[in-house]
Amino acid sequence: MIGAGLRRGDKRRLVPRWLDPHGRHLGSWAFVANRLTGLGLVVYLYLHLVILSTLLRGPEAWDGMVELFRRPVFLAFDLLLVAGLAFHGFNGLRVALVGSGLLVDRHKALLVAAGTLVGLVTLVAAVRIVG
Amino acid sequence: MNTPRTVLFKVLRTDPAAPVPRYDEFRVPVGSRTTVLDALLAVRRLKDPGLAVRHSCLHGSCGTCGMRVNGREVLACVTRLQELGDPVVVEPLAGARVVGDLVVDMEPLYRRLEPVGRPLLRASERAGPDRAEAAAAPGTGPVLEELERFEDCIECGLCLSACPVAGDPRFLGPAALAAAERVLEEPRGTEGRAVLGLVDDAHGAWRCHLAFECSAVCPAGVDPGGTIMRLRRRLLADRLPRLVGKSHPHQEVPS
Repeated sequence: MIGAGLRRGDKRRLVPRWLDPHGRHLGSWAFVANRLTGLGLVVYLYLHLVILSTLLRGPEAWDGMVELFRRPVFLAFDLLLVAGLAFHGFNGLRVALVGSGLLVDRHKALLVAAGTLVGLVTLVAAVRIVG
Repeated sequence: MNTPRTVLFKVLRTDPAAPVPRYDEFRVPVGSRTTVLDALLAVRRLKDPGLAVRHSCLHGSCGTCGMRVNGREVLACVTRLQELGDPVVVEPLAGARVVGDLVVDMEPLYRRLEPVGRPLLRASERAGPDRAEAAAAPGTGPVLEELERFEDCIECGLCLSACPVAGDPRFLGPAALAAAERVLEEPRGTEGRAVLGLVDDAHGAWRCHLAFECSAVCPAGVDPGGTIMRLRRRLLADRLPRLVGKSHPHQEVPS
């Protein structure tokens, strides 16, 4: 029997339906991105608390950790974090507005505006991180 | 003499008795006006009489030939092959039990419509309350001649297939929520407060995640996504005054 999760062929049976925006419109991509960034931010929150706990092990431990996070790969993660945070925030505002029945006819324009703001914030963050 | 253009069709075949569905390939000659349904019926007529396809009106009114073509929900009878590439991948609607090949069980859609009073087809004003009541009397069933469709929804189920969260059977789904908003907009004797209570639920209007796929694929222009947002606005307008201990004189739900 074909279940709700099947999109294209048997190989994708394991992909949840909501996580498969293949061939879909912009709204589905925004929905998937919002959910993934939300999950990513939750993971980051716990990771952040774990990293902060190195303060309990003294200044040397903390300084070592800070030095580690100055490596390019971690700076790239920082940028990804800023982009994810900006998307989740700006798209969240769009969802709150449209989801309350306001500016419903402008939901696509609001998504474009959110995307533009995410791009700008990420660009500024990149300049500051690299600089 | 020109050789007619052909298109490769990849059709997802499902035999309820077989464990795994498979793609069968058919090469079909096409003209400028050939639709997906024309091609599938040609396949059934000339190559594989066992291909299960459901259709009726052939002009986009009945909503029975809904399927996914190249990953998008369409009515096969009004989708021309000229608008598509090569190959064309044809699959049944998602989120519903496949009865066979491209035919799915529509019962989940109808089950979702029932709680909101199935308002898509209701007694018309022309029929009058007495005749409508007689038509709906137990044992007799509704007399279609005495009912009048006043909604655009053709109950094709494309919105349920396209919605990323409608795989959860608890979710009322786009068609039923749009129907509920229509009931509240124009009650015609329906108990509005009951409908409002039904949709004001985590699996009702608040389950929608604003992907607007339902509106994008709706062949009848119902815009279920926008309608669900209007329904939410109605719910908020009903809730907020009660939260602050005031009734809102303009938001009384007709009963």
